[in-house]
Amino acid sequence: MAEKKKSGLFRWPVILVILLVYCSPFYILTAISFKPATDLSSCWKFSDSPTLENFQTAIEQGGIFAALLHTLLITFVTVFLLVMVGSLAAYPLARNRSKLNIIIKSFILGIMMVPPLSILVPLYSILVDLGGINQYWGIVMILLTFELPQAIFLYTNFIGSIPAALDEAAAIDGCGPIRTFFYIILPQMKSVTASVIILTGIHCWNDYQFSLYILQSSKMRTVTLAISSFFSQTTSNLNAASAAALLAIFPVCLCFLFLQKYFIKGMVDSAVK
Amino acid sequence: MKKRARAMNVFYIPAIILFSVFVIYPLCKGIFLSFTNWNGYSQTYKIVGISNYTRMLTDNNVHRAFINTIIYGVGSTILQNLLGLGLALLLNQKFHGRAVVRTLVYLPVMIAPLIMGYIMYFFFRFNNGALNDVIAIFGREAVDWLADGNRGVTILTLVNSLQFVGISMVIYLAGLQGIPDMYYEAAAIDGVKAGQKFRYITLPLLMPAINSSVTINLIGGLKLFDIIMALTSGGPGYDTHSLSTLVNRTYFGSENAGYASAIGLVSFILIMELSNIVVKAMEKKEVDL
Repeated sequence: MAEKKKSGLFRWPVILVILLVYCSPFYILTAISFKPATDLSSCWKFSDSPTLENFQTAIEQGGIFAALLHTLLITFVTVFLLVMVGSLAAYPLARNRSKLNIIIKSFILGIMMVPPLSILVPLYSILVDLGGINQYWGIVMILLTFELPQAIFLYTNFIGSIPAALDEAAAIDGCGPIRTFFYIILPQMKSVTASVIILTGIHCWNDYQFSLYILQSSKMRTVTLAISSFFSQTTSNLNAASAAALLAIFPVCLCFLFLQKYFIKGMVDSAVK
Repeated sequence: MKKRARAMNVFYIPAIILFSVFVIYPLCKGIFLSFTNWNGYSQTYKIVGISNYTRMLTDNNVHRAFINTIIYGVGSTILQNLLGLGLALLLNQKFHGRAVVRTLVYLPVMIAPLIMGYIMYFFFRFNNGALNDVIAIFGREAVDWLADGNRGVTILTLVNSLQFVGISMVIYLAGLQGIPDMYYEAAAIDGVKAGQKFRYITLPLLMPAINSSVTINLIGGLKLFDIIMALTSGGPGYDTHSLSTLVNRTYFGSENAGYASAIGLVSFILIMELSNIVVKAMEKKEVDL
């Protein structure tokens, strides 16, 4: 009993530090966002005369809403394709363990380690040749390729846990591989698909390194691009940039708070082999 | 049945096509370009042999970026795992408000690293920076935190670790919850002390979790790009560049595509090799149990 009390006393200062560290970025961002540009007081203080001016600037000049829309579109299409291509590719890799397929599987997992920036030069020049610069399909294809190993990894692990007897029963009843996949396997994969959507969706939503090269036109800016151009152009008006950043992280944070359980499950699924 | 299995292989053809066009072919082309003096846009270029690689040997910026990349990778891995394990042990106990703490620590994982970098700019900037305001209360003079390369690298490692420590925390929490209570009960009957319980029960049984957490953090840290771009853009000078940001700078900044390809390939080999070594070493530990 005495031991328990001691650990309880020790616990609260630690938790206080954690709260302080993890709340302060959000606190400061909010405080700055509501500050008039002329208010030069410390960013720990909320302004005496809070204003919405910064949000107005962020929306009008920073084009934050358009950027959110572009990002949503890119993320949606990419994740949809990821689920289709990823689950299809995982099916033979999980079911048919020939030598060739084992090699292909380890090759796909190896791609997860490839740092995209290391092949930036040739990747960019290939996209120029294909005409994929400043095109939504360009960014979708690249995001799809680099998120695919993760999706295939999750799906092969999951399909491995579905009894193969189900496939065999379907085959005896005259189902071809395509129908077996769509009628027997796919309906069982709701939970792992949720994990795939969440994990890869977050990566697509937050992507900067690919969008930076592929979407150079200011009309196609994604959220990260809008924020970075805002910060580099308007050094005089960082309060508006901060408001833009707040608007940009708001949807993700809200989404996370409501779907927390699925986010954490997805993370654990992807990490544990 | 065998014919059917082979017919099934058709399903992964779309994935293979994507990997061939956007990973394998670029990798081969990158190897070729690294032996040229291509500037990134002109139609003509010369093959210059291994001069891009010999140039790297004497290029201090590349040396710095190479070392920084290792610091970002290894430093983040150590920090995230120590902090993540600590947080998981803390949050595995039952107390009021632990769900709130857990949510709060995991929340930054959702935020784009680029945006997190900009938020951190408000902390570390010289004029009116949040951190300088705090140390001013203690009567200390304002510090230009990001003006020094070594301090910049430390700050970037720290920011990256604190943002993504939630991943390790969640992995360790799942690991801790997978350890059956009966081991601890048996140890309690035998009168084992808390420290020994951790050393001989918790740690060995957490090995698979440690393994995945270390691998994820290491690869993430070695690929560090967005936060650097947002917070320092590699500056002051070239002092906080990672190999990734240096490739970007060399390609788009100095229009030196051939050289950038060569640096890219070096970073590719570094990340693959380092991750492989660590993964192998960790797997060995797991088997030893």
